[in-house]
Amino acid sequence: MARQSRLHIPHPSARPGEKPDFSYLDLSPAGSVEKPSIDVRTRDIENLSTDLVRVLDDEHHAQGEWNPNLDPEKLQIGLRWMLLNRIFDQRLWQIQRQGQISFYMESKGEEAVSIAQGMALRAGDMCFPSYRNTGLFLYRGTKLVDMMCQCLSNTRDMCKGRQLPILYHNKDANIFSISGNLGTQYPHAVGWAMASAIKGEDHIAASWLGDGATAEADFHYAITFAAVYQAPVILNIVNNQWAISTFQGFAGGERRPFAARGIGLGIPGIRVDGNDFLAVYSATLWAADRARRGGGPTIIEHVTYRGGAHSTSDDPTKYRPKDEWEAFPLGDPVERLKQHLITEGHWSEEQHQAVLDEYKEKITEAWKEARTFGTMTQGPFLDPSEMFDDVYADLPEHLIKQRREMLELES
Amino acid sequence: MAQMNMIEAIRSGLDVLMDKDPNVVIMGEDVGYFGGVFRCTDGLQRKFGEHRVIDAPIAEGGIIGTAIGMGLNGLRPVAEIQFADYIYPGFDQVVSELARIRYRSGGDFFSPVTIRTPCGGGIRGGQTHSQSPEAIFTHISGIKVVIPSNPYDAKGLLISSIESDDPVVFFEPKRIYNGPFDGDPENPAVPWTSHPKGDVPKGYYSIPLGSAEIVEEGSELTIITYGTLVHVAQAAAKLVGVDAEIIDVRTLSPLDTTTLEESVKKTGRCLIAHEATRFSGFGAELVTTVQEACFYHLEAPIERVAGWDTPYPHAFEWQYFPGKKRIAAGIRKVMEVQ
Repeated sequence: MARQSRLHIPHPSARPGEKPDFSYLDLSPAGSVEKPSIDVRTRDIENLSTDLVRVLDDEHHAQGEWNPNLDPEKLQIGLRWMLLNRIFDQRLWQIQRQGQISFYMESKGEEAVSIAQGMALRAGDMCFPSYRNTGLFLYRGTKLVDMMCQCLSNTRDMCKGRQLPILYHNKDANIFSISGNLGTQYPHAVGWAMASAIKGEDHIAASWLGDGATAEADFHYAITFAAVYQAPVILNIVNNQWAISTFQGFAGGERRPFAARGIGLGIPGIRVDGNDFLAVYSATLWAADRARRGGGPTIIEHVTYRGGAHSTSDDPTKYRPKDEWEAFPLGDPVERLKQHLITEGHWSEEQHQAVLDEYKEKITEAWKEARTFGTMTQGPFLDPSEMFDDVYADLPEHLIKQRREMLELES
Repeated sequence: MAQMNMIEAIRSGLDVLMDKDPNVVIMGEDVGYFGGVFRCTDGLQRKFGEHRVIDAPIAEGGIIGTAIGMGLNGLRPVAEIQFADYIYPGFDQVVSELARIRYRSGGDFFSPVTIRTPCGGGIRGGQTHSQSPEAIFTHISGIKVVIPSNPYDAKGLLISSIESDDPVVFFEPKRIYNGPFDGDPENPAVPWTSHPKGDVPKGYYSIPLGSAEIVEEGSELTIITYGTLVHVAQAAAKLVGVDAEIIDVRTLSPLDTTTLEESVKKTGRCLIAHEATRFSGFGAELVTTVQEACFYHLEAPIERVAGWDTPYPHAFEWQYFPGKKRIAAGIRKVMEVQ
């Protein structure tokens, strides 16, 4: 011990030019963590918040009690959706770089979270996503062209030109509107789940935020209310190691995993390999079954890595090693599921390439169609008088006046 | 009809709507078993059960945030924030979420939350139990802001607020929960039974949001005010002996500008009074509204009487509170201009 107090400033294990170092990550061998029954007492499974639930081993085989034993067809579906997510992001990123949309955020490296969880949840379960859940929107059937039109803020934009690109919503698919402020969706998910229980329905809610946003007050409100009322909700912490330029230590991840955040409130936490499709699926199903049968909330920490920049507005080579992702011990979720399927004889490089080609074509077609509804520079354009709609259910007198004033100046 | 104070009228409004609509739920600190620190929800948990009148953790941000989620799932939540002074931890959820969900989702989602919260001073509450933060909320597009000044309006406006598909912040001036107050703490307390607006129908009725009320008709001066100061302004006008038209704004946002304009055009003089601090207070908006519409009808500068721009001091409550004397001085100033 030192002879006086000291201020600890967390430092990441490596900065640009240094060798990536993930020795701080505690890993468990695939298949080594026991899977408890859903009626277990929280205090008896505290190990789940510090161990790492993994199914896929280094030889791409599925191991242990958490193996969900999914049909190969289902795994192929999962891989296809992850691929679509990956190349949709790549294409929209390029489109932003060409100046055709103002902003973009990709989910690179985190696709398993949205796709595996999307598949493990039921259609009636309500999702409260963050901005790196594009896969959820895809999996739940949002049309590519609708997502592109949102990014273009054009005449077919679901948000009527009011939101930054990628802050989608899909009411019919039970996905709430992404805020853009961090963590605010967490208490909404808990309240939605409470209402579900009040009404005696068996739909559950799920929400997502990053390691960084766990520092927000809303995170703490949400887990407190979830614990107090035993709300049927899955609270996901997607620990992708980086919050723009600050590593997860700045959200308090240095001494205790994020999955353990709920332990003090009696909420079970599962620390899962977020790049392991099978493990994510299985942990989600466990938490969902538990919530549906009155067992209350579960916190799932997905240990993953933000494969790309935070957004199109930052350059990650300025704050972390260029090759850090390649050194990440949990790899790439798309590659791992692909190799698992190939190893098991249910997928091939040819099939993989065929799907990629098919999706690239589909995305190109969708982009062509999206542009017909307007681009940032070419019409058709949204009617600016619509900016006054939906502030209230009905247009109040002062907004009618302001609309008139605006239109007079525009004409 | 029944004689009710403002607490009973608010409780009656909640009771009537909870009977009518099973989706109405209440959540807040101490609202359930105990019935609220001001007793507004007394007996409601016994009648409607613990799933509809829910005691909450002491976390205003959590109360408002989860109420929004409930509203998204088809409920019609009434969140009680125990004192308006405690609302700030939930402010981000009001500004960034509640007020904008309909807008940002292109009209696809909305959450019809009503936030009830006692405001104002004159109860020896010191700086953390006396604030009037209404102007902070009227500045937000997408929410409505209501402040009743009597039991009849409180019930009718509360019913409209809860039934509204827009979010509403409903401020309850706690000094007048038990009776109208003329601004002079030396005078004996007066019960609502002595006031015509203490007569409240037992059943369902509503008062539309966005309509001001002319409390007293007059020809020489328009006094625009709301909440506790409606009663203080009446007493002050009587003290001065001016034939004042007194307008209770009732809904601050959206504002009924027509009633204000017509009155000032008639009287040619205007005084605006509120208990909240003066600088950037809601009075500034009222002055502008009147000035823009009535400039050529004005015979004197518009006068503003408000709380001083300090925190609400415990020991100097009555020097701080814009009471009868201060409003009377303001009235004389407006009337002196020839």
